[in-house]
Amino acid sequence: MTNTLHRAGDADSFSDDYIVFAMCSRGRNDENSVPKLRRFLEMARGFHPVNLGDARHGGALRPSKSMNPFSHWKRNMKPDFDAVISGLDTPTTAAAVFDNRVAAEDFLKAVREADLGLSVNISTSVDGADQCCHAAGINRHSVGYSLGFEGKTEHLPNSDVVMLSTMCGHGMVSSSLAKKMIDWVKEGRRTPEQAVTYLARFCSCGIFNPSRACRILEVARKRTK
Amino acid sequence: MRIDPDKCVACGNCTYVCPMGAIYIDPVIKRATVNRDECVECYACFNGLSQEHLNPTLVRGLRRVFQALRLRFDPEPDVCPTAAFAPEELTWPRVVRRAFSDPRVPHESTGVEGRGTEEVKTNDISGRVQVGEVGFTIEFGRPGVGVWMREIQEMCTALAVANVAFEKKNPMTSLMSDVAAGKLREDILGEKVLSAIVEIKVPVERTEEIIRLVWEVEKKLDTVVALGVGTRCAADGEDNVVAPILERLGYTLHRAKTNAGLGRVTNGTQSAREKEVVAQ
Repeated sequence: MTNTLHRAGDADSFSDDYIVFAMCSRGRNDENSVPKLRRFLEMARGFHPVNLGDARHGGALRPSKSMNPFSHWKRNMKPDFDAVISGLDTPTTAAAVFDNRVAAEDFLKAVREADLGLSVNISTSVDGADQCCHAAGINRHSVGYSLGFEGKTEHLPNSDVVMLSTMCGHGMVSSSLAKKMIDWVKEGRRTPEQAVTYLARFCSCGIFNPSRACRILEVARKRTK
Repeated sequence: MRIDPDKCVACGNCTYVCPMGAIYIDPVIKRATVNRDECVECYACFNGLSQEHLNPTLVRGLRRVFQALRLRFDPEPDVCPTAAFAPEELTWPRVVRRAFSDPRVPHESTGVEGRGTEEVKTNDISGRVQVGEVGFTIEFGRPGVGVWMREIQEMCTALAVANVAFEKKNPMTSLMSDVAAGKLREDILGEKVLSAIVEIKVPVERTEEIIRLVWEVEKKLDTVVALGVGTRCAADGEDNVVAPILERLGYTLHRAKTNAGLGRVTNGTQSAREKEVVAQ
């Protein structure tokens, strides 16, 4: 599940994108892992993440199966971190998304000190992860590089759309919806803050970065092509 | 996935949220319809859209009035107003589509959600990729293009000819009828998925050879390929072996996931402790 690895963008575009996630390995450390994964998320909350999530239930913004039609006028746009933490009930991947390096560094340091025994990964620019590890007093164990997209790349939409849609690595944020949200922001039908909540609700493991998405939408709003 | 024509009001919201663009408003029946051939059963529509339970007749009537008056609608774009999606009971081989496309469904072969593989994310306790080795994740169809299993097989057979080892704990490997030849089961070749990962491991000396092979095969495929290259860092946390090879091949290494090495095997240890307490 390389759901965080192949985000489109250059290294600079990941300066506000740090995903720290914990997971267990089947048969090795998955026993009694649920409380540890919850603890991981609880600890993350103290460092002001922009999203939390687990791979089974989703992120801090979720769709509703029984939406009240009157809620259109007072749609909840605030991430519900409590629901994420209390809803984690099975061994899975737990993720915390930060929009600045200092928070990611401090959180990683706290996780190291907590010694949960879970595998912990940071997904961001190569240098950003290196700096986080260094600051936390960690020597990197392994690294998985993204070499980007190849092959018939002519099937891909423009770079703003790809940057938005690849923030759900599982592909649940469609290119068409990302394009629609860019258009709506351009038209002034929605603010970037509103638009990213629509996109974030489709991300099924909570690694969508609303802060970065806002920035991308703001840039796209003024782009001429 | 199926859309109930008795409930659908043709609002069109779902046509945008389908990652494959497989939903359209049928002009004859005036209802949203799923192109079954292109649908990869990812359930993004069913899981991602919020659902209201409005009366379809009422909504259709209102929509007709607004349309006649040329009034622009400004609805929430992530809502199905009548909860019209009706998931189907999937049977083999179509169920393969969902297994690889709906990230909430764990793969039976590995127990992992998404594309079903741990890769180097748990390398600190699995030891999957050792010093001197390189683990490749060759992902097809991402983002939003999709891939047919027969296209994946084309890459697999080429890799098999090159005599590489497919990762055993990977869902694609579990679907091979002949692992040595890189052949997938015949009955799944006509299935399309949102994305899938083939995982291999080679000595570091073969890194360039494998990348050149992937370049050659991907030209023949009608999809996108995302390469991930995983390696074990040295004791000081540095990688001075694989990154230079990739850069020499023309790659700029923008992004990576980094395993911090904090994992450890804990299964059984707690019960052992409990036993000690009981014995005391």
